[in-house]
This record gives sequence, structure tokens and C-alpha cells, in this order.
Amino acid sequence: MSSQTVTAEATERARDILGVTRLTNQALSGWLHGLPGVDEVGADARAATLGTRSIKTTAKAWAIDTAISMIDLTTLEGADTAGKVRSLCTKARTPDPAHLDTPRVAAVCVYNDMVAVAREAVAGTGVNVAAVSTAFPSGRASIAVKLADTRDAVEAGADEIDMVIDRGAFLSGRYLHVFEEIAQVRQACRRDGDAPDAHLKVILETGELVTYDNVRRASWLAMLAGADFIKTSTGKVSPAATLPVTMIMLEAVRDWRALTGEMVGVKPAGGIRSSKDAIRHLVVVNEVAGEEWLTPQWFRFGASSLLNDLLLQRHKLATGAYSGPDYVTID
Amino acid sequence: MSRVDVRKTYKLFIGGKFPRSESGRSYEVFSAGRGRRFLANAAQGSRKDARDAVRAARAALPGWAGATAYNRGQVLYRVAEVMESRRTQFVAEVQAAEGVTAARAEATVSAAIDRWVWYAGWSDKYAQVLGGLNPVAGPYFDISAPEPTGVVAALAPQRSSLLGLVSVVAPIVVAGNTAVVLASEERPVPAITLAEALATSDVPGGVINLITGRTAEVAPWLASHLDVNAIDLTGAADAQDVSWGELEAAAAENLKRVLRPAGSDEQAVEPDFAPVPGLHRLEAFLETKTVWHPKGR
Repeated sequence: MSSQTVTAEATERARDILGVTRLTNQALSGWLHGLPGVDEVGADARAATLGTRSIKTTAKAWAIDTAISMIDLTTLEGADTAGKVRSLCTKARTPDPAHLDTPRVAAVCVYNDMVAVAREAVAGTGVNVAAVSTAFPSGRASIAVKLADTRDAVEAGADEIDMVIDRGAFLSGRYLHVFEEIAQVRQACRRDGDAPDAHLKVILETGELVTYDNVRRASWLAMLAGADFIKTSTGKVSPAATLPVTMIMLEAVRDWRALTGEMVGVKPAGGIRSSKDAIRHLVVVNEVAGEEWLTPQWFRFGASSLLNDLLLQRHKLATGAYSGPDYVTID
Repeated sequence: MSRVDVRKTYKLFIGGKFPRSESGRSYEVFSAGRGRRFLANAAQGSRKDARDAVRAARAALPGWAGATAYNRGQVLYRVAEVMESRRTQFVAEVQAAEGVTAARAEATVSAAIDRWVWYAGWSDKYAQVLGGLNPVAGPYFDISAPEPTGVVAALAPQRSSLLGLVSVVAPIVVAGNTAVVLASEERPVPAITLAEALATSDVPGGVINLITGRTAEVAPWLASHLDVNAIDLTGAADAQDVSWGELEAAAAENLKRVLRPAGSDEQAVEPDFAPVPGLHRLEAFLETKTVWHPKGR
């Protein structure tokens, strides 16, 4: 299938959903700006209220194990080496060598050039390899470079591609440009023959989108263009994932399913460091999107230090004594 | 027209801040001796407050342990200065808490202030006394140097509410350890005022954390906490429902250093803090690092 036909498919589907004969920037703008606005104060208050839920004992134990299994264990540093990626993969396979009943994480998330190393290190474990492509984190490169970047990671064996949207284009209202980029990257995630396609996660970088209305619009735009997952942030911009933003994205995937019958995953990334934060997110997932999203297939945490805190909490529940950072690995 | 009393709600001292107990609880504190009267409501700290305090102490450790001995000495001396300027308040509170005469309270406060100065002086001297050059049969310098143990939990003495407290805390922090202190259960008011003095002196936030509450409730959590490196059980003497043996057993899980209370066997007694203390408390929370270095010619 040529790239033309695939993006044409995406366009056709978008036309159906929008109910227009030609997918123009104007049509997309009209549709996205026709979405109901987000009550900012209300969203913050609702997220804060859900954050006060008390999750204890067996529910807490379940939440901790579920959260561990949802982690995309991430290292995205300029100083990454093959050795560091391998040790990250070791941790992903066996998060806690002293307690082998600890679940594995969902995936390791690395830069493109480390995909092959990670692929080899997690082979046969069920842990996926996610690669950040498309000139991560800024996304400031030509589409040709972004597509080549994506294909490179797919060929190296990435199971999941985390792409960034062009926030500049989005904020200046060039929605069709963003749509087409996502659709083309989606196409680049395809593999020939029976090999499964790479899952596409679309990073909205909500910290740069300024308003909750924009977060909602970007979520819908990404889903319209064929995202398998929508992800809050790169982790390189502050603020990263906040509870209200994740909530708004969860509302979007819920409403998207009501509209199209398709499920899309959500991945908050960056800034979630404590078990308490993670559990708050799980509460919001359950209350806003529903129980179906409470699996690693539909909800992920992009994090690195979160795993250690979850492990410490797990120790505390198992032994009844507070644990400390001496009892988990640093990376 | 009579004035409405401004009653104070006492809080904890964790990480340089004064939070309320996470549990929202408080308990009544009464004066000692004849004419038992209501003094204050103190925050009743919980295990989670203890956990937060340990976290704050751990975070403060690198900075404090890395400070120069000279600097630590100055900081401790500054505590004495700040206490001196609040002397009247301390005297009144010690008098009420311990049920002693004004003259006795005055002497106790003076001794407490002097104890800071005494330990401040040791800051750059204990290393020479407790460490040194070891004679070895080979062409090496063999040097032993004391280093801080880390985060130290301390049960403050139950009876000596200020002098005892200072005598327990000062030797812990002078060497670069950070402290989580459980104040005297029945006599916490001078400890809280000391925390206010600490907050306005130069002691970095988190170096000394102070929790008021029931010793029997909180102490086991500190004893079993894996991120605590040592525990001072002095305050187990005369504490209600506290068995220091059980605390020591819990502390063994991660090989904490344990400073046992005075007394023999299960009969823990509170020592007399009035005499000049000596170095044994300081020494209890030090690790000796020994380095071999070739001599050359």
C-alpha cells in the first residue's frame, strides 16, 4: 500500500466523521472549535476532588501492581549509553529482584538509536520497546526527516512509536498540517506482511498548548488522524502531566469511543514521581474513562523514578516497615 | 475590657517547616508537680509524620554532612545565641513542664544553652580525639577518620524536657548526622519552643526534625524504618508502654546503630544530664573510615 492511499484512507475517515466533502483546514478548524469548551475551574476542581480518594490496603496493593505494569520505563538523556539502556531493560524485566512476584513494566522508552539495544535486551520478555521519533522533543524538522526517523525506529524493531506534534502549526491554527503529519507518521509505523504495525502514541506537549481547550482539540485531532495513544508530554517541558490535563484527555478518549466505537489509550508522562500521584491518576482513569482503560493496553505512565517509589510502597505493604532508597536501584 | 487569650496551636517541626500532624490529631499537655493545670494542645504525630520527617532528614543529610566542621560549629553556637534571647520563655516553660522552682528552671536553661556551646566547640575537635594515625607494620599511612552515620532517630528523654533533649540532639547533629526527634510525650512544650529557636537560627531545614506525640505509637515505626541508620533509645526510660528491647530488635533488621538507654536490662533509667557529658553520645553515631596510603620516600 502506498503512503498516498493510507493517508487518503485517514482523510476519508475524517471526512466521514466531520460530515464534509473535502477535508480542509477550515473544515477541521470549524469542527475542533465546535467542541464544547473546557470549564477550567471546574476541571481543576474535579481533578482535585478525585485526587482526595483514599485508596488503602488491598485496593492499594492492586493499584501499585497495576501502576507498575503500566509504566513505560523511560530514559531520554543526551548522556544515554548502550550500557545504561541495558540496565534499564534489566530493571524493566525484573523491577525488584528481591520480590519476583513484582509485575514487569509495560515498555521501555528510549531514543531511536537505542532501539536495537533495547530490543535485544528485552527479547522474549513481553516488555515492549517504545522509541521517541519525529525529531523529539521539539519536532522541529522537515516531514521527510520525521518520516525517515520513524521508519528507522520501526525497522530497528520498535513496538511503539512516540511522536511529537508540531505545536507551532497547531497553535497557529494549521490543523490540517498537524493532521497530515500524524497520518503520515501513522503510515510509517506500518510493517509489511504479517509483522504487527508499531503502535503510534501522539505527544501533544500539553505544557506548550496553554489552555485546556487546546488540549481537548489536540486530543481529538490526534485521534482523528489515527493515534493509538495520546500522550501528554515529552517530559522536557514544564508543566508536564498534570491531573486535570490527563482527565481532559481521558474525557476525549471516552467521547471518541462513544462517537466511533474505537478505543484510544492515554499516557501521562513527566512529573509523576510518587505512588500517590500514580494512584490518583488511576482513580481518574476509572471515574472518567472507565474500567476498560485500567490496563497497560490502554493506559500508561511515562516515568522513570516513579517505579522506585512504587517498589518502596510495595515493600512497605509486604513487610509493614518503611523502606528506603538504599533498597532499590538508582536507575 | 478583658482581652481574649491568644492561644497557640502547637505543630510539628519537619524539614524546616511547622506542619500540623497529617492525622489532624492533638493531645492535651499539663503542667507537672502540684496544681496540675492545662498548658497547651500539642500535635499528636503519626507514623506518616515520622515517615515525612525521615524523608526530610535524608534530604538534608548530604548538605549537612558535607558542611565543614567549622561551619557546623558556628551553626550550633548560633542555636545557643537564639536560645539565650528567648531565655525567659524557656525558663517559664521548663518550670511548668517539669514542676521545678524558678531558680532550678533558670539553671536548667543555662545548662541547656551551655550544652550547645560545649558541643559546638567539639565540632572540629572530635575527629582528632576519636580518629588518628594508626601504627602499622608497613610503609603506609593508616588513618582512621570518624564520619557521620546518617539519619538518626532519637527518643528524647521523658523527664528532662529541655536539657535532656539538647543533650541528645546536639551530639547527633554536631558530627553531621541529621535527626528525627520524638519529643517527651508529657513535656513537649520546651521542645516545640526549641524547634522555633532552631527555625530562626542557621540550622538548615531538615537537619533537626521534631515530632510530638505518643512515644509508644511512633517509636516502633522509626525503629523499623529501613532508611534510618541509627536510633537513640534514651527516651525509652519512663515512656509509657515502650519496651526498648523490642525497639532494638526491630532496629536490627537493617543493622541500625543503637544507643541503649541507661540502666540495666529492662530497667531503663533516665540519666542525669547535669554533669559535663563526655564524648560517648557523639561517638555512638559515628562510623570510622580507615584509609591506607603508601608512604613513599
